[in-house]
Amino acid sequence: MEAPAVNTPRILGRREAMPVSVRLSDFDRSMLSGDLGEAPRFAMSVVVRMAEAVGASDLISVEQAHIDACALMSRSNLDFVTRLADAGGRVRVLTTLNMVSLDLQHWARLGVPRAFAEQASTIAAAYVRLGCVPTWSCAPYQGYLTPRFGQQIAWGESNAVVYANSVLGARTNRYADFMDVCAAITGRVPDAGLHRTENRRGDVVVRLPDEDRSAWTSPAAWAALGYLIGELVGTRIPVLDGLPAPATGEQLKALGAAAASSGAVEMFHAVGITPEAPDLETALHGGTAADNLVLTRRMLRDAWDRMSSVPAGEPVDAVILGCPHFSYAEFAELAEAIREVGSSRAHPGVQLLVLTDSTAHALASRGGLTDEIARFGATIALDTCPFHSPIVADGAKSVMTNSGKCAYYAPGELGASIAFGTLRDCVRSAASGVVTREESPWARR
Amino acid sequence: MGETVIGRPIVPGEATGTVLRSARAISLWGGVDPQTGEIIDPHHDRCGESIVGRVFVFPGEKGSSTGSAVLLELARRGLAPAALITSALAPVVALGAIVAEELYGTAIPVILVSQDEMAELADGDRLRVRVDGTLRRATPLE
Repeated sequence: MEAPAVNTPRILGRREAMPVSVRLSDFDRSMLSGDLGEAPRFAMSVVVRMAEAVGASDLISVEQAHIDACALMSRSNLDFVTRLADAGGRVRVLTTLNMVSLDLQHWARLGVPRAFAEQASTIAAAYVRLGCVPTWSCAPYQGYLTPRFGQQIAWGESNAVVYANSVLGARTNRYADFMDVCAAITGRVPDAGLHRTENRRGDVVVRLPDEDRSAWTSPAAWAALGYLIGELVGTRIPVLDGLPAPATGEQLKALGAAAASSGAVEMFHAVGITPEAPDLETALHGGTAADNLVLTRRMLRDAWDRMSSVPAGEPVDAVILGCPHFSYAEFAELAEAIREVGSSRAHPGVQLLVLTDSTAHALASRGGLTDEIARFGATIALDTCPFHSPIVADGAKSVMTNSGKCAYYAPGELGASIAFGTLRDCVRSAASGVVTREESPWARR
Repeated sequence: MGETVIGRPIVPGEATGTVLRSARAISLWGGVDPQTGEIIDPHHDRCGESIVGRVFVFPGEKGSSTGSAVLLELARRGLAPAALITSALAPVVALGAIVAEELYGTAIPVILVSQDEMAELADGDRLRVRVDGTLRRATPLE
């Protein structure tokens, strides 16, 4: 470590005025000193203090950010973003926004109270004032601003983080809410964690059972695998060996979102599928794994069963699709499933909710898919999340979903019991009003 | 505990308070009510207790990266814990404490100690947290 310079930078306003131990560029110092304004000073002091907290000795530049903090509905979030926006703060890098706690266009129709809507809209507008792109999407990797392989980025939102690291090969840690904002304003983050090559090495090799390709067709199968992986590996980086290539973006999205919910997985490798794992050796950076797990068909079947607490034949109150936000391909699959089921309309006792962002919705609409889905009785909500916005019907006690993430969070966030199944199972259940499920892909055969 | 424990100040600050000790990692989001400071996660060993004004001792964080916002909202309401002591790096908690100080001027020291040192901190101990990370027993008047 260098000897401290004579004019060691200090963080203004910090009561202890401790000298900074992190190496800073001249531009970093200008931000920290307040010469460039209050917003960069505030953001840079948070970045530097976080670097100290995690023991990083350097900062690195990021080229893109994705902010999750905009989803929060609280007075302190409003205070935070207002302080930065009123000080003239602007993001320095391309910054996309996660969902907000409101469908900004259709909130009244969805039954959201006006006072809630006004505060959520104010928070949303303040993030746009900072210069962020109003994507309002929890699946920013499906958009047109997708990061490139090897790019250093600062993303929030656990499912987006695991997708960026694993599937795109971009580099980010799972940034806490508000750190994402400070990274966007400064363009800088501590040089630590998954930004560094050596920390992207696989920790645990997970061998999958020999399966017929057909077992892996449905993204729900990948969600169940992700759910199990999250439970088994926690924060470590798993190397999945034995998945059929090629995999679709929707399958990998389902896997990552579930693993980041039941565990804290920020990155996985899938041998022959993800870009940093052309083979097992490369995924392990030429070394050996700290741990090896062998998954059996029975373990996968048990995980699938464990995700549901509502048995077949019981009533369904709500069906939630689009967690994370639905893609064009998922809209197409939903429309096809509706045609196959052959029922003209969902059961009147079931709320069928599809979450997506405006970009995917515009494409699906242009493709004629949304009309078909709406005629079946589905409500398509834009920009938002059923856990942050009061759009799920009061009294929905049993929720069906094809999402591992939704299956994990709905019991706590909505107080609901879960029926988990494929997209087709969800449509059948919506039509009949009771849980209707095929056997899991790993049922005894 | 002995006379003092020397921890690493992840977020430096001064505080005095009574220890609430927990055996399990916590996710502040979904784990602590941001309006009351009560632990609400039914899987947590101190569920039903309040962290308001306490020196909350916990072995690490887990779960949501939105936990920082829960700590910030507690600070806004004047319901922050006095200090947080953990035996594993807790970036989400640390970020919440840093932003609380920058935004509201509320100091919530976050101190990293070893597992052995953490074992010496007993529930109900009255502790004084120093800016250099030192923890020592507080006299009743402090």
